[in-house]
Amino acid sequence: MRGVRWLLLKDLQILRRSPLQAVLLVAYPILIAVLVGFAISRGPENPRVAFLNEVPPDTRIDVGGQELPKANVREQICERVECVFVHDREEAMAKVESGDVLAALILPANLVDKINSLSTLTPGVPEVEVLVNEENAVKAELVDDRITSLLAQANLRIARRIGSEGSRYLGLIVNGGKFHVLGEAIPILGLRTSARILEQVTPALPRSLRPALEEVTEFASEARDNLDVAKPLIARLAQPIEVDKVVVGGASPPLEIFAIAVAATLTLAFVVVLLVAGSLALEREENAFPRLTRGLVSSGGLLTEKVLLGVVVGMAVTLLMLLGMAIFVPLEWGRFGLWLLAILFAGAALGAAGAALGAAAREVRAVSLLAFMVTLPIAFLSLVPSGAVSPTVFDLIRYLTAIFPFKPALEAIAAALDEAGSGIGGPLAHLAILAAAYAAIARLALRRFAAV
Amino acid sequence: MHLSLGKGAFAAFGEGPGVPLPDPLASLALSVRTRHPRSLVAGAVACPAVLAKNVSKRFGSREALRGVSLEAGPGELVAVIGPNGAGKTTLLSILAGISKPDEGQVSSDGGAVGWVPQQAALYRRLTVEENLLLFARLEGHGDPRASVEEMLELTGLGERRREVVARLSGGNQQRINIAIGLLSRPAVLLLDEPSVGLDPRQRARLWEFVAGLAGGGTTVIFSTHDIQEAERYGGRVLVLADGESLFDGSAGELREAVRREAPEAADRDFETAFVAYLHHRGH
Repeated sequence: MRGVRWLLLKDLQILRRSPLQAVLLVAYPILIAVLVGFAISRGPENPRVAFLNEVPPDTRIDVGGQELPKANVREQICERVECVFVHDREEAMAKVESGDVLAALILPANLVDKINSLSTLTPGVPEVEVLVNEENAVKAELVDDRITSLLAQANLRIARRIGSEGSRYLGLIVNGGKFHVLGEAIPILGLRTSARILEQVTPALPRSLRPALEEVTEFASEARDNLDVAKPLIARLAQPIEVDKVVVGGASPPLEIFAIAVAATLTLAFVVVLLVAGSLALEREENAFPRLTRGLVSSGGLLTEKVLLGVVVGMAVTLLMLLGMAIFVPLEWGRFGLWLLAILFAGAALGAAGAALGAAAREVRAVSLLAFMVTLPIAFLSLVPSGAVSPTVFDLIRYLTAIFPFKPALEAIAAALDEAGSGIGGPLAHLAILAAAYAAIARLALRRFAAV
Repeated sequence: MHLSLGKGAFAAFGEGPGVPLPDPLASLALSVRTRHPRSLVAGAVACPAVLAKNVSKRFGSREALRGVSLEAGPGELVAVIGPNGAGKTTLLSILAGISKPDEGQVSSDGGAVGWVPQQAALYRRLTVEENLLLFARLEGHGDPRASVEEMLELTGLGERRREVVARLSGGNQQRINIAIGLLSRPAVLLLDEPSVGLDPRQRARLWEFVAGLAGGGTTVIFSTHDIQEAERYGGRVLVLADGESLFDGSAGELREAVRREAPEAADRDFETAFVAYLHHRGH
């Protein structure tokens, strides 16, 4: 192992001697840390939406001849998006076309009339108009999702208001009270009071009339009881189904921790795989490999040195990045030991994979290309959640990502960062197995590597 | 022994300005070239420093070496010559222990075998000193810095010790390449086409240095495809073609063999005659 120490020192000297590489290794994690940290700490921006309300100001939704209080739909919408108020349709369209706003939402003048017509014999279809500029598929999807969500929220708000008013009228019928019409309060007896009055007068009536009156009293009581039951049903009409989420597995970390884990793992993967693979291929390009393996260092020793190089540099770069992230998002420093453990195992497995790639590709340029071609798609595939693709494809992705260290590295780093996350033992064991397997592959590939 | 050469012993085959070849070395080199130690015929070396017997090597379906034998005694300078693809590098790689023969035996008298590959095996982003220090440490030298100083003195590159190798000329890179090969203090030094890429002045001084090493008792086996270089500097010449050993003897004996087997080219220059000889031998 004496040779390993001197080779490691040599590789670090070479790394330091290349200003571009050295700058990239320091600047890259800082840049990524600042970008991701800034994005996480600011949270999502509200999209800008042009808003044109052509509904006359005093128009109200009318239920059964009675106007409902204002639903404040505009305020609700403008809480969720940044409303850019426009004066007419042309202005809204111009803003959408120029990209100044994501979309334009137009409430036409007849919207409330159409809603009011729903309780008549000739119901219309209330519509709002949405102007969008679908310049690309991602933006189109984003606009659709946002607008659908906004309208669903508005519909729910209106439905709840209608349901609430319906329940209030029902309460008046059941319990009695005062009903205000044109500034006058009209007293309503209510079923409860009616039944009580009928019960009180029944004894004073002739026997022949009592059965009929008792039937009326009984109806009033039953109607009161049943209508009491109907009140919560009306309230539920607006949102008949509610979501009761039960987490049965895959304890996921908070989104910002997961984002940090993804950024850290991506950086670690690229730095370690490219460095180890490139450094090993460089030994061949510099013609040093045969000279080294002529008794100065064994091929196993050389592989160990390269993996160590990847772990040392990867550890430094990843810790630098996490330190940068900590400026924006509070991280649990009490788990620092687990961070080191996760990075160590991840670095070793990624380093072994890099060594296998380096030994297989042999030339530095081919190695760089191969490292990118392998690491990048595997990283993307590792982020595909179950359910996003068909079960067969997901199974394929699962097997594919299980044989490369990116996914277990991501799981280990996420578990190390988040106390509430899943355990770290499984991913560490997975990484250890992959490290051993890739080291064996690299040793085999080195036999061909040595060919003069 | 072989490291006892004077300061700047092979400095002058590089491009180091103001580093002249010392006169004592020049005379030593000349005396070695004319000495022709040991027997010049294969198999006649009493105590060979290196021995290869019936060595064969295949790469897939191609036979790179077919039953090649070679013996070299201490202080001998053996040129392995042949056209491209003759098996010169393969033979040297086997003697160096980098690749294993499929058949046959290779042995040395127990001393280290130094190997200098055709292309400089150096880290181009490290300095001259860092390269030497790295290999001295890897060789396990007790005082690696002292070994580095010794090699810097030997190569005459002391003043350029802090220059990265990539900025040096091909000649100077070859000097470091050979110096690294000498770090193990080898009894046998294998040089694979050491003069490729060097200008005539650098080449001449390289050979003077190599001859000096042989004069100090180091067995030197070098490959070349330049017949004149082999004739001039090789005390013995081994001719390979298509993996087959065609001749093993002195340069004079080779000339005689060429004249005998290709009489029609006897009046032409030696290189042309040698090509005709190869043709007559079916290559």
